[in-house]
Amino acid sequence: MNIQTNIGGATAEQANIVPNPIIEVRQAQVFYGEKQAIVDVDVDIQQNAVTAFIGPSGCGKSTILRCFNRMNDVIPICRVEGSITLAGQEIYAPEVDVVVLRQKVGMVFQKPNPFPKSIFDNIAYGPKIHGLTTSKADLEEVVETSLKRAGLWEEVKDRLDQPGTGLSGGQQQRLCIARAIAVQPSVILMDEPCSALDPIATATVETLIDELREKYTIIIVTHSMQQAARVSQNTAFFHLGELVEFGTTEQIFSAPREERTQNYITGRIG
Amino acid sequence: MTDPDSIIATGRSPRHKAELRFRAYGIAAIIVSLGFLVVMVGAIVSRGTGAFQQTFVQIEINVPANKVDPQGTRDPNVIKKARFSSILKKAMRQRFPEAKSRQDKKSLYKLVSSTAEYTVRDAVVADPSLVGETSTFSIRASSDVDMFMKGNIDPTLEQSRRRIDDKQLAWIEQLRAAGQIEKQFNTQFFTGGDSREPEQAGIWGALAGSSLTLLVCFLLSFPLGVLAAVYLEEFASKGRINRLIEVNINNLAAVPSIVFGLLGLAIFLNFFQLPRSTPLVGGMVLALMTLPTIIIASRASLRAVPPSIREAAFGLGASKVQTTFHHVVPLAMPGMLTGTILGMAQALGETAPLLMIGMVAFIVDIPGGVTEAATALPVQIFLWADSPERGFLEKTSAAILVLLIFLVIMNLIAIILRRRLEVRW
Ligand SMILES: Nc1ncnc2c1ncn2[C@@H]1O[C@H](COP(=O)(O)OP(=O)(O)OP(=O)(O)O)[C@@H](O)[C@H]1O
Ligand SMILES: [Mg+2]
Repeated sequence: MNIQTNIGGATAEQANIVPNPIIEVRQAQVFYGEKQAIVDVDVDIQQNAVTAFIGPSGCGKSTILRCFNRMNDVIPICRVEGSITLAGQEIYAPEVDVVVLRQKVGMVFQKPNPFPKSIFDNIAYGPKIHGLTTSKADLEEVVETSLKRAGLWEEVKDRLDQPGTGLSGGQQQRLCIARAIAVQPSVILMDEPCSALDPIATATVETLIDELREKYTIIIVTHSMQQAARVSQNTAFFHLGELVEFGTTEQIFSAPREERTQNYITGRIG
Repeated sequence: MTDPDSIIATGRSPRHKAELRFRAYGIAAIIVSLGFLVVMVGAIVSRGTGAFQQTFVQIEINVPANKVDPQGTRDPNVIKKARFSSILKKAMRQRFPEAKSRQDKKSLYKLVSSTAEYTVRDAVVADPSLVGETSTFSIRASSDVDMFMKGNIDPTLEQSRRRIDDKQLAWIEQLRAAGQIEKQFNTQFFTGGDSREPEQAGIWGALAGSSLTLLVCFLLSFPLGVLAAVYLEEFASKGRINRLIEVNINNLAAVPSIVFGLLGLAIFLNFFQLPRSTPLVGGMVLALMTLPTIIIASRASLRAVPPSIREAAFGLGASKVQTTFHHVVPLAMPGMLTGTILGMAQALGETAPLLMIGMVAFIVDIPGGVTEAATALPVQIFLWADSPERGFLEKTSAAILVLLIFLVIMNLIAIILRRRLEVRW
């Protein structure tokens, strides 16, 4: 692996330095076989903040996001080069245990994907496999706090034994968020978490994301400019596998430095 | 010509007709196949139900103490050794004293089954108080008498052209007038093993053999098939080798079953020297045959598990094994079980490979374990169908009926399991 630590250079100058970064990406390259999906990306993820990844379809947002918890590992042709660190620890170092990594970096997917099991078991599964709880009472407490944090507790507390797949789409997505927090991660990755939801459910999830920021670092991929503007503090704009611009959300949306960014957020490319 | 409405209107009627025609073809096809099914099942049922009844003759038999048990020990082993055939014959001569000539006596004795003496013996052994007494025994009629009672022999034919002679007809009439001959439910058919005598032959030995064989087959093929499918689908890299294996498995599923029988003969019997004609070897051969079916069905149902479930588990930090066995396999289980049961149903009806490994032998005993010689239902059907006696005809149909019932039961179980275990999304 080609680990580069020089922070100089043109891209790093682009205010890639954010206050207390938890994830630092330097010169990341991702290949699917011969095809390069991510080119020379440098980006920092601020702790306890929401970072939005925006960009046209196919520009590599999901690809770079899935590097952070090594979900790309299951794709045999996928190859990652460069340096990606989580709290100073190289994510792609050979000695890293993906099980531990994914406990620290949780993920919420585009389509709500609860297990076809009870609501309780959906939440309890993660803590169980990681051995985070020792007693049944412990487990019940984890389930309750996770559901409360995901803002779902009031709606489901009387039917924890019913299938998670029987909830509405928005509820299912919050269940998946609760499931992700139940293993006490520090980072939560969300790949278009609201694209399958109606506006009301979207608003609920957005409020939730804003609340979760206190305890977790959140990276959200979204196609909605409004959503990025509403929930995030920092925004990264990708185009054709490159990071075009990175900065505070306010700056990106009010005074983008790059013309391509300007064109994208005003809807001229995408 | 350019008006689209008129073009569509003119095109509508042929299109409509084509649709109607297709429907008519479809309905006709269904009616024809249903017709065949009804004819087949109807023929089997009408021929086979006779086997569920058997003609019995009531005869008073004196069991002389001096011949059966001279010492008066009432020891079953002593009683067993007595000559019950002469006791039975004497009783029959007493019942019909007019049978004097050798010829007539022979005809007389042929009224009852040649196994009748054992019926008497077993009854006396079971109840030694019968020794020295005269009591009425219910005795299995011979197959010819049974066939006559069931209307399968035409008494108006010339004597030389039927298997019951005129004297026998007269005796049967006498018995009938006295109410001493009647048809009863044939429990022997369901509880007995095979026999040379149609009236004595039962299906239980074959059923037990089939059950043991299927048990071995299931225990081998289900875990092997499921593990192979899980490994190939979830763990192995999807490269050239995996594809090659898949193609080979698909080809194996299409290999004629007799080939597996030859393989079993060459490997299990000749090379490993396993006991021949046993459910153990039969089950192993059938397992070879059902494995491809199970693997294909299991792979298909694993593939049908949505990838989002795997992602969800991976995203939580579950390992590959945890993801597979906590989430994917349980979701694929209904499909795997259905495939397995259908494979087993196919194995239940398989004859050719069992012939190859010697399960075609004539075996009277009920197998008590997988290493005892046994036969199987389809082989039993084959054997009976091959027998010249008129009495085996209805046994054959009845055995087919039993086999069909078991197949239906297995398919029902498959449907119920799928309904029960299936998770609704
Ligand atoms: N499994 C894969 N195998 C090969 N190429 C892939 C694979 N996944 C993604 N790619 C390619 O990598 C590039 C980036 O894909 P990615 O999914 O990261 O885009 P994205 O920005 O998330 O797009 P979208 O907004 O549509 O989700 C695309 O050109 C895509 O074709
Ligand atoms: Mg994507």
